[in-house]
Amino acid sequence: MRASLFITCYNDTLYPETGRAVVALLERLGVEVEFNSLQTCCGQMHANSGFRAEAFSQAKRFVQIYRDAETIVIPSSSCVAMIREQYQGLFEELGNERLRRDFAVLSPRIFELSEYLVDHLKVEDLGAYFPHRVAYHASCHGLRALHLGDRPYRLLAKVRGLELAPLANTDRCCGFGGTFSVKNAEVSSAMLTAKLQDILATRAEFCTALDNSCLMHLGGAMHRQFAGVRTVHMAQILAATETHPIEELP
Amino acid sequence: MKGPESLARNKPPRVQLDPRFAPPFPQAALPVLRNTQLRKNVAHAIDVIQSKRARLVEEKADWEELRAAASDLRAHVLDNLGHYLEEFESQCTAAGGHVHWAADGTEARRIVLEIIRQKNANEVIKIKTMTSAEIQLNLFLEQAGIAAHETDLAEIILQLGGEAPSHIVVPALHVNRSQVRDIFAQRMGLPDLSDDPQALTAAARTYLRKLFLTVPVAISGANHLIAETGGVVIVESEGNGRMCLTLPQTLIAIAGIEKVIPRFQDLEVLLQVLARSATGERMNPYTSVWSGVKPGDGPQNFHVVLLDNGRSDMLRRPVERQTLKCIRCAACMNACPVYRQTGGHAYGSVYPGPIGAILTPQLQRLEHAQSLPYASSLCGACYEVCPVKINIPEVLIELRAQVTNREREEPRRFFDPLYLGLRIASFILASPRRLRLAQRLGRIVARLFASRDGWIHVLPGYGARWTRTRDLRGVPSQTFREWWSTRNKGEQ
Repeated sequence: MRASLFITCYNDTLYPETGRAVVALLERLGVEVEFNSLQTCCGQMHANSGFRAEAFSQAKRFVQIYRDAETIVIPSSSCVAMIREQYQGLFEELGNERLRRDFAVLSPRIFELSEYLVDHLKVEDLGAYFPHRVAYHASCHGLRALHLGDRPYRLLAKVRGLELAPLANTDRCCGFGGTFSVKNAEVSSAMLTAKLQDILATRAEFCTALDNSCLMHLGGAMHRQFAGVRTVHMAQILAATETHPIEELP
Repeated sequence: MKGPESLARNKPPRVQLDPRFAPPFPQAALPVLRNTQLRKNVAHAIDVIQSKRARLVEEKADWEELRAAASDLRAHVLDNLGHYLEEFESQCTAAGGHVHWAADGTEARRIVLEIIRQKNANEVIKIKTMTSAEIQLNLFLEQAGIAAHETDLAEIILQLGGEAPSHIVVPALHVNRSQVRDIFAQRMGLPDLSDDPQALTAAARTYLRKLFLTVPVAISGANHLIAETGGVVIVESEGNGRMCLTLPQTLIAIAGIEKVIPRFQDLEVLLQVLARSATGERMNPYTSVWSGVKPGDGPQNFHVVLLDNGRSDMLRRPVERQTLKCIRCAACMNACPVYRQTGGHAYGSVYPGPIGAILTPQLQRLEHAQSLPYASSLCGACYEVCPVKINIPEVLIELRAQVTNREREEPRRFFDPLYLGLRIASFILASPRRLRLAQRLGRIVARLFASRDGWIHVLPGYGARWTRTRDLRGVPSQTFREWWSTRNKGEQ
């Protein structure tokens, strides 16, 4: 079984440990991981900022390099949402019949990480060990665009030692929203504060999600405030074991 | 108690909700974010409505089917809008009503003023109407020497208090009970008024009765226009609307052209989703259907002004036209995490929240309100609750593309940090080689700003917008792709 990892531009640059954890996790499950070095970005930032043509070239690149991939795994729910929700429209507007067709064929083979584990590999117990109290932040795209539902919770439930801290208002946005966080920095910060109140109220040690962009936002604020709560992508929790705790992952 | 006549000159609202003059959203949001009372009021009011709505949606086993039916119905209307409008016109006319077509706000205002002048009236009473607010009717009438008295309780509070509405269903949700008391006590001349809800409503009732019995012309909006019967449907909670619809001799209903629905029976679906979505009720207390004129019963002069005001243009655009499916339930603003923090005034328009963020810029033909499509984190909560399935994030992104296409041609935007950044990012991301180089360069630059713990606490220029409230973890010494290539070399 082979999976091609689309790491996404910001994980590649800013959160390589998430990518390394995905590789460790998938290889532990017997999946042969591939990495196409021609990959760059899904185009979400450009699409959501109104840069249609630029987003289209990223979308085209994605389809061209993954045309023949067996499956594609993406550890970022917002990037998967971008691909599922916007590629077709971009191809209809700026692309050609070939691209549209290739994407339609490719599309069912694109998985967000938790989808790949639960739906495709049909595993929930990954042999993970993480003896900490953890709050799960259901990112907006994971929740409403991908409808991940209880998949992340099922995966976390099987992690030995992990105590799941119930988080209130789990459907409420953390205020990141890409360029929204700088274009509307004050409103974004107000949303962030509200989210932090909920997270800190859980008394969790870690806040996790399937999207490092939300975690960059939440983690950045909690670091600023010396809140003592760490943010960590769920792939890293799922990859951690007794013999390889999170600090010792590759 | 002071009578309404002493209030004929109402205070102009402190916040004018006119998109032509409103400051951009981020700027308009600032004072609200610092307003403790307002934020508390907004969050409380929204929580109440939201939890009621959630309970009533939960109990409805066929909610998704209802929602699909409502969405299909509204889409069908938009596909056949001309047909249904003509049918409405002929049925309404046959029932004794007069139908007027207004291409824009100017025409609509002129039509309304002419009708009022024909009746020699210098006062009108109004049941809350969004379209009249859209065309700034009250201000126009005041300038023409005609006092427009709002009769919806929330609108009375706002009008007497010189406040602007901040929500389309609960316009005064940012005002709390003790503030209402102060407004009534001062403006109605009732210094001893308590803030007991019964005392407040009693004061409002006394104030209103005189208006209902003396003012000869009423202005209403319309929740729906029924093509089949020529009927105008008005949905409300207080009964003050029904007073407006029945007591004055002349009634003018102003409605956006998209408000038409094919049959009376369609209300079965629409009223169910509307009440649940808007106020969290199974059924709203007062639903009035007004069809033409009946001698000796109710208004003897009945006018409907059909307002276009940019709607035909929206209808021609494949993505944006879904905006016109809206039934003005406000579920989107109640669900919106942005609106929750800012309330309505920051949107600088009578239509706030997510629907306002897509509707207002279109009504302004993107000449104004260009900041509104960006007043969203695209979290999708609005789309999830919308009873007619308007994909608001999709329209927001489409409008952002239009704003960007215009702005990026402007020379003064060339060095705009966001535009410049996105252009550079696009150049870099177009090639894996360039990305690798940029990652290496970025790492060096980031190191200049990082403190000893590896985190960045202060960034200059545009980056300060991030670091004012959040830290940023520094760039790790190895990218994922670098790790991957060394690992694979090691294995070989």
